[in-house]
Amino acid sequence: MARNLTFHIFRHNPADPASTPHMDTFVLNETAAMTLFIALNRIREEHDPGLQFDFCCRAGVCGSCAMVVNGRPALACHTKTRDLPESVTLLPLPFFKLVGDLSVDTGVWFREMYQRVESWIHTAKAFDPSKKEARMANATAEAIYELDRCIECGCCIAACGTARMREDFLGAAGLNRVARFRLDPRDERKDADYFHLIGDDAGIFGCMGLLACEDVCPKHLPLQDQLAALRRKMAGTALRRTLPFFRDVKKIRKK
Amino acid sequence: MQTIYTDLLCIGAGLAGERAAVEAAQAGLGVICISLVPARRSHSVCAQGGMQAALGNCAMGEGDSPDVHFADTVKGSDWGCDQEVARLFANTAPIEMRRLAHWGVPWNRVVPGVHTYYKGGKPFKKQEKKEHEGLIHARAFGGTAKWRTCYASDGAGHSVLYTMDNRAAQLGVAVHDRMEALSLIHDGHTCLGAVVRSLRTGELVAYMAKATLVATGGFGRIYRHSTNAVINDGGGHIAVLDTGVVPLGNMEAVQFHPTGIVPTDILVTEGCRGDGGTLLDVNQERFMQIYEPEKAELASRDVVSRWMVHHIRQGKGVPSAYGDHLWLDIRHLGQKHIRSKLREVDEICQSFLGIDPVRQLIPVRPTQHYSMGGVRTDKTGAAQGLKGLFSAGEAACWDMHGFNRLGGNSLAETVVAGGIVGQTIVEYIQGAEVSISTRTVADAVQRDQARIDALLQGRNGMENAYDVREAMFDVLEDAAGIYRNGADLERGVARLQEIHARARRIALRSNGLGANPELALALKLPGMVRLALCVAYGALNRTESRGSHTREDFPERNDRDWLNRTLATWPDGADLPRLTYEPASKVWPLPPGDRGYGGGTIIPATPTTAPAAGE
Ligand SMILES: Cc1cc2nc3c(=O)[nH]c(=O)nc-3n(C[C@H](O)[C@H](O)[C@H](O)COP(=O)(O)OP(=O)(O)OC[C@H]3O[C@@H](n4cnc5c(N)ncnc54)[C@H](O)[C@@H]3O)c2cc1C
Ligand code: SF4
Ligand code: SF4
Ligand code: FES
Repeated sequence: MARNLTFHIFRHNPADPASTPHMDTFVLNETAAMTLFIALNRIREEHDPGLQFDFCCRAGVCGSCAMVVNGRPALACHTKTRDLPESVTLLPLPFFKLVGDLSVDTGVWFREMYQRVESWIHTAKAFDPSKKEARMANATAEAIYELDRCIECGCCIAACGTARMREDFLGAAGLNRVARFRLDPRDERKDADYFHLIGDDAGIFGCMGLLACEDVCPKHLPLQDQLAALRRKMAGTALRRTLPFFRDVKKIRKK
Repeated sequence: MQTIYTDLLCIGAGLAGERAAVEAAQAGLGVICISLVPARRSHSVCAQGGMQAALGNCAMGEGDSPDVHFADTVKGSDWGCDQEVARLFANTAPIEMRRLAHWGVPWNRVVPGVHTYYKGGKPFKKQEKKEHEGLIHARAFGGTAKWRTCYASDGAGHSVLYTMDNRAAQLGVAVHDRMEALSLIHDGHTCLGAVVRSLRTGELVAYMAKATLVATGGFGRIYRHSTNAVINDGGGHIAVLDTGVVPLGNMEAVQFHPTGIVPTDILVTEGCRGDGGTLLDVNQERFMQIYEPEKAELASRDVVSRWMVHHIRQGKGVPSAYGDHLWLDIRHLGQKHIRSKLREVDEICQSFLGIDPVRQLIPVRPTQHYSMGGVRTDKTGAAQGLKGLFSAGEAACWDMHGFNRLGGNSLAETVVAGGIVGQTIVEYIQGAEVSISTRTVADAVQRDQARIDALLQGRNGMENAYDVREAMFDVLEDAAGIYRNGADLERGVARLQEIHARARRIALRSNGLGANPELALALKLPGMVRLALCVAYGALNRTESRGSHTREDFPERNDRDWLNRTLATWPDGADLPRLTYEPASKVWPLPPGDRGYGGGTIIPATPTTAPAAGE
């Protein structure tokens, strides 16, 4: 206990013409049960009141505080300093637009994602307040919830090789969102509709399947299974779309 | 300076704000929500337990009805609530839960057959009916006669907020995140919008609207120790109070939860004690049975919190770098129970404390949790004092919680009130002709710009924002915590008045450019201290104990003199709020009586003060 921790923190304030990107160093005395949430607030209060970073729930549920901690995207609020070496390097998440220092703009990116995948139930049924709710199997509800647990922290996207190369890549979070609605019996969309949304290199076919996303997901979402299943389904849908050609191939094979 | 026009401006994009926004967007109105953070990071996302609605689908909810829900809510409020509102709420909640199911919430559903559940640490059996298979299920919560709390695994707030935000996106509701409302634009009669600071660039923007909704959640962060998100610092309340004409209701009614973990004050659920967990002191000895022989750890939230603080004051707290605390012990419940039934508690302990609750004790202390007080509205959600201003959710004093709110009733309130207030707003806007004086707008923006300029140029004084905030925390903790008394409150009010003056003399130590967090705090602090004064001064004047408001020097609930609601307004230039009072309720279908828990004596209403019997 009572280590001295050295924090190397990325600094840049785009709103300040005099600011250029650089690293600043702060030294703090470690206390029991210290998290990066506690450490960063102490740095702000005791050393540099202008330091920008995002925390909201500080309980690992809102997704605000993702940053790159010693090379790995993680939630700062549930990173304990005792699991880190004495030297800690903090960088903002890559891919998202920088707001300042460790703060990035995930909100706008995710909002565009909802519009792209039409992240809502598509149904022709109208709500009738005088009727009882439509029934659903509890197992189905639990399975939907399992995919609904994404907190939009952006870690998966920050860790993704494809996202580094193409700005328009939907990322694991976007693709997982599609998987969530595919699973939901209330959503009347067919695979052909989803293909229209994600059946290209900015969607499921851009994913190289290396699964950095699942490794860093703080909610441990089953991204690997979901992306693989989607890729299979969408590949199948692609094949059916080129059905005339597909039939020809079959005929040729028969011969 | 940029000016943005819309029909409805929702300040806040949590559940209450978005539910009202959806209602207005469905009616074809233009809606913009502004929020400090992306909508889905609003504090509503943190609620895990669930939301109450009398659906009566599950075995332990059989026979439930809005009548029973109404009675639980009024008792829970310690007869401080508006009974018309509680009735409206209980009747509407089931419809809203079903609507949420239609929009996509994965509510847990009834599974027929025999199931095991735990009470006081012991297993019991219950049988779910075949004919209810697949309907929305409910779980148990404190202070309710039936199992009534609808839930989606352990993330009800998350699922409901994500679903609501999806619905808002579908309807084209615009959410402008990283935008902070600083003040309301008004002419003394009508609200015309808000002056808003961008938390990206630092620029001011005027949002002009036919109707403005304040749905900014609670203000728990005026306390040092709170389960609330760090953004719950009362910005919306400050803007409202600063109009000088709109009152805040029952600000002294602040709820404390017994088990926030130390040091970060994250909540571990009441379920720990419900399932048989115990509280221990520095000697690792149980103590609750000394004070509450009958209910021990299972007394109500306010009662347990009170005894915990009392015990720490007796020198029985566990010293730590973060102050004294007590222990929560759930080890005897066993690994199987903890890893499944208390999975979320297990995760919090592992992730945030690095301890394993199967083998180790959990450090806890009572922590600020909920703001019963807020922007005083009528039963339709219209704020008192200004036309065109509305409020809903935790920010509002609508007022169905009175002096103590029941678990599961707040999340339900956000969607029920959001829907009702949204409807009121639609009717208002469709009938409203608003003329906006450019002069009024320019003046409002100019006032906030001048405050910013003064801070940037360091013209105010030499105070350090963080030190001033610490001083405010100290006073609230000493004077307006769980136990209150006249002497401490009087001293606290005087100290807060000094701190208020200091808050106006803050100098920035950073350059204040862009999304500068120090500037944001400096702009807000004087207002936060004014809210603290509303709490402390309201508490000083209320010489009784009701719900979460406990006066050591006035231990009785005094229906003779205090069956009313405090209204606080802040006249321009004043250094104290002006307090007035109104009857707690217009109708009394449930006349004041014993809550059935918590004990304490009641001074009954006299014939002259007794509320008229209800309709
Ligand atoms: C840990 C925890 C667990 C809980 N669990 C439960 C539960 O199980 N059941 C239950 O019924 N209740 C629960 N509650 C209470 C309940 O979650 C809240 O009361 C409710 O979610 C509040 O919703 P809201 O829409 O009013 O506000 P919030 O969800 O807090 O939203 C406030 C919005 O206002 C915005 N905002 C704030 N200030 C400004 C400003 N100045 N300018 C612009 N925007 C601003 C914020 O960005 C945010 O979008 C819990 C509370 C806590 C703290
Ligand atoms: S598996 Fe796909 S989405 Fe995940 S990190 Fe790799 S490329 Fe990105
Ligand atoms: S999928 Fe996981 S890593 Fe990606 S945004 Fe969601 S919670 Fe974060
Ligand atoms: S602050 Fe909410 S997840 Fe870290």
